[in-house]
Amino acid sequence: MANDTNLPGHDGPSDSLVPVSTADPGTAVERSDALRNPGLPPHRLRVTDTDPKKAKTAERVIVALFYVSLVGSIFAMAAYFAFPIKPNDLGSVRLNNVFVGIGLSFALLAIGVAAIHWSKVLMDDHEGIDIRHPVKGDPKTQARAVEIFRQADRESGFNRRVLIRNGMIAAFAALPFPAIFLFRDLGPSAGTPAEAFSHTMWKAGTRLTKDPTGDPIRASDVTIGSVFHVIPEGLNDTEDVLEEKGKAAVLLMRLEPGDLHVSPEKRTWNYDGIVAYSKICTHVGCPVALYEQETHHLLCPCHQSQFDITREAAVIFGPAVRPLPQLPITVDSEGYLVARSDFHEPVGPSFWERRGDYNV
Amino acid sequence: MTTTSDTYNFDPTAPADSRRSGGITGWASRYVDERTGISYVVREFGRKIFPDHWSFMLGEVALYSFVVILITGTFLTFFFQASMAEVTYDGSYGPLKGLEMSAAMQSTLHISFEIRGGLLIRQVHHWAALLFVASTMLHMLRIFFTGAFRKPRELNWVIGFVLWILAMAEGFTGYSLPDDLLSGNGLRIIAGMVEGIPFIGSWILWLLFGGEFPGTAIVGRLYTLHILLLPAAVLAFIALHLVFVVTHKHTQYAGPGRTNENVIGVPVLPVFAAKAGGFFFVVFGLLMLMGAFFTINPIWVYGPYDPSPVSAGTQPDWYIGFADGALRLMPGWLGGPGGVPMEFVLFNTTYSLNILIPIVVLGLFIVAVMLYPFLEAWVTGDKREHHIADRPRNMPSRTAIGAAGVAFYTVLFFGASSDLIATHFKVSIESMITILQFMLVLGPVLAFFVTKRICLALQKKDRQIVLHGTESGRIVRLPGGEYIEVHEPVDEYERWKLVAFNDYEPLMLRPNAAGRIPVTERARAAISRLFFEDRIEPVTSTELEVARHH
Repeated sequence: MANDTNLPGHDGPSDSLVPVSTADPGTAVERSDALRNPGLPPHRLRVTDTDPKKAKTAERVIVALFYVSLVGSIFAMAAYFAFPIKPNDLGSVRLNNVFVGIGLSFALLAIGVAAIHWSKVLMDDHEGIDIRHPVKGDPKTQARAVEIFRQADRESGFNRRVLIRNGMIAAFAALPFPAIFLFRDLGPSAGTPAEAFSHTMWKAGTRLTKDPTGDPIRASDVTIGSVFHVIPEGLNDTEDVLEEKGKAAVLLMRLEPGDLHVSPEKRTWNYDGIVAYSKICTHVGCPVALYEQETHHLLCPCHQSQFDITREAAVIFGPAVRPLPQLPITVDSEGYLVARSDFHEPVGPSFWERRGDYNV
Repeated sequence: MTTTSDTYNFDPTAPADSRRSGGITGWASRYVDERTGISYVVREFGRKIFPDHWSFMLGEVALYSFVVILITGTFLTFFFQASMAEVTYDGSYGPLKGLEMSAAMQSTLHISFEIRGGLLIRQVHHWAALLFVASTMLHMLRIFFTGAFRKPRELNWVIGFVLWILAMAEGFTGYSLPDDLLSGNGLRIIAGMVEGIPFIGSWILWLLFGGEFPGTAIVGRLYTLHILLLPAAVLAFIALHLVFVVTHKHTQYAGPGRTNENVIGVPVLPVFAAKAGGFFFVVFGLLMLMGAFFTINPIWVYGPYDPSPVSAGTQPDWYIGFADGALRLMPGWLGGPGGVPMEFVLFNTTYSLNILIPIVVLGLFIVAVMLYPFLEAWVTGDKREHHIADRPRNMPSRTAIGAAGVAFYTVLFFGASSDLIATHFKVSIESMITILQFMLVLGPVLAFFVTKRICLALQKKDRQIVLHGTESGRIVRLPGGEYIEVHEPVDEYERWKLVAFNDYEPLMLRPNAAGRIPVTERARAAISRLFFEDRIEPVTSTELEVARHH
């Protein structure tokens, strides 16, 4: 191991992995008979270092690559015009995308490959060595930094004039609060969010209409086994369609009345086996849009919660806890399905202000 | 042995005319230096040494894909309209014609179908974003498994961790901007989670969305975050990250000639600059190829956001998968419906554990990721600087903990695709969820023990190689008729790679000055035992001597 003296930063026993220093090694094991670092192996020459012909070839390849890049750039610009996007022609979009993309890819990749190739085969590849120094400042600098802080403390009286200091801290502590208050008007101007979450567009007599057309639905149109995506009548004419739809969307299906297990207080909520349930998942609010006709199960595609329509949309699987709220329905004088009232509880995900007594 | 000398060739006593030479380049550099003093920077960094290893490339990929994101993103801002104002679509894409949608969605379709190269840049932007998060995480794994977070780099680990969080935030805000059906459902899920936070949930939701979900404000707000606040934060943290890389100098793997006090590699000018600069163009070029040939996020297939429809098999962008998976794997009823509900009402207010538990578990997981370097430093008590990166096998317990973390993350990640896995392997979605729920608990434990044993076995193999050489495959018959396989000893350079590692012994509990053993020291000793009870020591010169004479 004669050559390890040639290595800077490599004197004495410090060829171990961590330098012998005053720092505490903790529970690390330090051995006196550890094997020693053999030092850098001899430098290996590349074929381009020894064979001028190979070096010349490499040079040509690199030059060629840079010109490939240049051609790529020109190609991309040419493709921009040669493959224009024609109105209502998706094929032209694809061609434009592919050919401009190919041109730019070549322009970029060729530069990259050329530069890397250049650095690997032609640039000097002798190992360079940097010496590390401890990250911390040297003791003198550290001492000076401490002294500066002390001096600043003395000169300002920061720790002596306690009243000033505490007053300053109190002032700083109060300062962020006005900033938070400024955000208050992002919220509702009157009332609370919870009140808004607790009501939907449905009222007694609101017709159930098809989503998205808004055509009313006759009870007689709802055959056994069929399912309708439903919105309240007049939804499409409101100002805030999406917000209202996000609460009022309903799934409507008809089962054999005998298949439904109806609790006594909800006896009047279905109409001859036709039931309407909120489509907004009680977990985090995705639309529960997948209905399995044979089992009468509803599945939320986002997190796989499943609800059993025969048992008042009780949760039978997944992360949801509460059943989907039921919309009480009946028919009006013309035979169209209408709501008896709004939902009796907030639809969608739980929130803190949600009470515990909606269904009691 | 040859090494490049790093002497600085500037000689102030040299005749003035030699300092005036150098043509236009010389004149330009003098002009700049005399006004900025920049030659100091060139002297300090121009020949700075960077070690070379493929695994050091991962952080570079992250950096370069971020640059690509900035370039392509700037292009997109010229065409995108961050507005939820309702418009009727009348563009090139037939199936959506006449549909009501937001201006954000319309302008995204406009970029995709009417702007030449618009779809290309949009797809490159999205691919680069996916690569940015992916390479950030692979880079973190590299740092973790090689112990490159040890003193003095603990703070840089935390900075990198913040960058990971920022990268996901950038990704999610960008994903939500087109206001298509899929991203709208993603926002709906976020809104639902926010709503479930006790005390403030409904208010936070209201402030965030400017009213009830979805409102008309969120796209504009996310846009401000996406193109102003978050990129500024990412840039600031990247700058800080790189300042620390320069301050600490890069780690290197153990190897002949490499010590804790030197860095062996290539100088910034010219080799590293050429390599790294070239690599940027390679990354950009490959992303461009992907943008040209592979569709990503075809919002025209999903359509505009509407709270009512949704399709089966919805997936978030991959890096959000683990959070979505956590929501899926949390049962609403412990022990099935009729068991213990994960939501309760207290004082007439609702607490949704099915939302809160996943949020808390995810929070704890990422905080554990952030704090691990400090835990290990506390357990080993090692206060020395470490600049030699470990081989993962040489720190079996750390590697095993990392594997457990990866297993945990992976199960959550697959949780987000449970329905697709179920349909693909023809399992019911219910049993798939149940399987993943078990795996979420058992997987990390299993990964920990298996990984630890594999590491110890690999270390044993290394010892064998050092002491007895490698199997040559050459069978020799001895004069006595005995057959043996000839073992070839490894040369000293190869050997050094196998023996150059730190090892620690379990902490011995000793009473402190007051004659007591504090409870923190007991905890430390217990973790230290878990870490270092089973350990393989590096071969020493004494052992090697004995083996030679054997």
